[in-house]
Amino acid sequence: MTQGGGAIGMRAPGALESVGKPAPDEKPRRGALWAWVIFGLGFLYFFLPLVATFEFALGHPTGPVKPEPSLRYYENVVLDPRSEFFPRLLFSFGVAIATIILSIAIIVPTAYWVRLRLPRLRPIVEFITLMPFVIPPVVAVFGLIRTFSGPPFPLMDTTFGSTIVLVGAYTILSFPYMYRAVDTGLRAIDIQSLTEAAQSLGAGWPRIIVGVIFPNIRVALLSGAFLTLAIVIGEYTMASFLGSKTFGPYLSLLGQNKAFEPAGVSIISFGLTWIAMGAIQFLGRGGQRIQVGGAR
Amino acid sequence: MSFLTLTGVQKHFGAFTAVEDFTLEAEKGEFVSFLGPSGCGKTTTLRMIAGFELPSAGRIVINDVDITHRSPNQRNVGMVFQSYALFPNMTVAENIGFGLKVRKRPKEQVQKRVGELLELIHLPDRAGRYPYQLSGGQQQRVALARALAFEPQVLLLDEPLSALDAKIRVSLRNEIRAIQRQLGITTVYVTHDQEEALSLSDRVVVMNEGRIEQIGTPFEIYNFPTTAFVASFVGTLNVLAASVVDAASGRLSVDGQEIRAASVSAPNGSKVSVALRPEIVTIGGEGDGNRLSGKIEDVTFLGSIVRIRVKVGEGAGRLSFDTFNNPSLILPKIGDTLALTFPPEACLLLDAAAEIPALSIDADEA
Repeated sequence: MTQGGGAIGMRAPGALESVGKPAPDEKPRRGALWAWVIFGLGFLYFFLPLVATFEFALGHPTGPVKPEPSLRYYENVVLDPRSEFFPRLLFSFGVAIATIILSIAIIVPTAYWVRLRLPRLRPIVEFITLMPFVIPPVVAVFGLIRTFSGPPFPLMDTTFGSTIVLVGAYTILSFPYMYRAVDTGLRAIDIQSLTEAAQSLGAGWPRIIVGVIFPNIRVALLSGAFLTLAIVIGEYTMASFLGSKTFGPYLSLLGQNKAFEPAGVSIISFGLTWIAMGAIQFLGRGGQRIQVGGAR
Repeated sequence: MSFLTLTGVQKHFGAFTAVEDFTLEAEKGEFVSFLGPSGCGKTTTLRMIAGFELPSAGRIVINDVDITHRSPNQRNVGMVFQSYALFPNMTVAENIGFGLKVRKRPKEQVQKRVGELLELIHLPDRAGRYPYQLSGGQQQRVALARALAFEPQVLLLDEPLSALDAKIRVSLRNEIRAIQRQLGITTVYVTHDQEEALSLSDRVVVMNEGRIEQIGTPFEIYNFPTTAFVASFVGTLNVLAASVVDAASGRLSVDGQEIRAASVSAPNGSKVSVALRPEIVTIGGEGDGNRLSGKIEDVTFLGSIVRIRVKVGEGAGRLSFDTFNNPSLILPKIGDTLALTFPPEACLLLDAAAEIPALSIDADEA
């Protein structure tokens, strides 16, 4: 007993000493300060142009003429029955949704199969998905117009046909983002075991992909969908050359003819795009529970 | 009449042979374990039964139906994985009911069956939980229920207890065996843990380097190993160098001390290895048994048992064995000479050239 007590007595001062030492977290605190400074600078870099655009759309009240701030330029865009703002924006959202669906339908089975059975093909598939970064949109769109202007696929003859070409082109543009998002999602789950478990329980491929894989990479699909939506809403080159009545060319056209309205449109479309992303997030996460994978 | 038959099954991955000529017949309701070290081909064989790997040659028949080329979802074989492989997006009830839903069973029937299985695995109140809300042992029980829900012909378990801690492992092991007996389902169990294989199985298939080394009941495998590999892999062994004095009478010499073996097939004068299970060795003792003496090298007190290591002569090897602890026991001292006895029939004679994997007590501690 005495020995035991002695041993405890010997240890205690050492333990107290370590408490009395200068706080070792001073450096991290300074680091955290710098992190906040850099974050603040980044935030301002992003946020100031938005504030400036918003202010300019009020009639530029801080400018040399100093007019009264007015919302009439916003009203011109939103309330004018001749305004193309909403039809164009809705059309762009429609194209974006079609693009997201097509992109998911192509990328998920591809990325899944490459990861499950053909890992050797991964570098090749990755390279193919990067093609939109290699081929400039203006080159791609001329190729698309040439290919689909005559037989056997005269899609450019009709508005519907050119919209199909546009959705196809946007789907390719979304590949780098969608593939990486989905691939990361697949990496986070044990797809081989889940697939084999589903197979042994009698499931075929469609059920495995839709019932097991899709729900478990939902977050990855959402991030791929966000990126695709953001690309499609703002895209100009392809839509313009394909003569599609999407939002990008409208914004450009407005900028050529009006002074303050384009800035108003930018702010409103920015807000609406965020609302759309929120909606996707809300719908996509419906019923989603936080999950921590089991043993690996 | 065998229920599950594998005939001449082989699997090659390029030039590498993972399984060569695997033949096994299992009766209905039998519990068979594949036991062997990593890379011995046990999991590959199981995966061929499940349909995840296609055999390079041979046939797999279940209940008189050749399933060799059937896809995994057409085999009606349940499988439990080491990593549980529960669907994270589904509740416990949805996981268990998945196989029935795939088979388009009526909703009421699915619910009833899920309820039955939740009772069977003693988790009736966890139906609405998600896998991440369960412990490892509970997850594996759910995985077992899921594999049993659609009443498969054969149940396959691929090292199902490896990811669990020791205590849960033992209790779940007993639970698996009880459920298997209750349902009478033909089961193939893959493990590298000999204790699991011996305690669970009706028969054990010991595998090494893609080949079957021995098939037998746990009793046969442990007590009558037919190869040096089985002798050393299953259980622990002391290996002593000896030379044959008189093969006819089974007389051997271990560093000048004479002992007897039940049968000796090697010629007189040849070198052999004598393998002894540690539990067969006792301290002192009189009678007709073999008697060896040596110097105590080490005494380790382990609570319920005391492990003693004795060096027998120069270069003959060491004998390591355990004796039960009791408060009146006088622990032997290092350096003392100790006499040990064991019966002649306990001597397993191995070819001196046979490689003994480093699993025997002797190899571990030398």
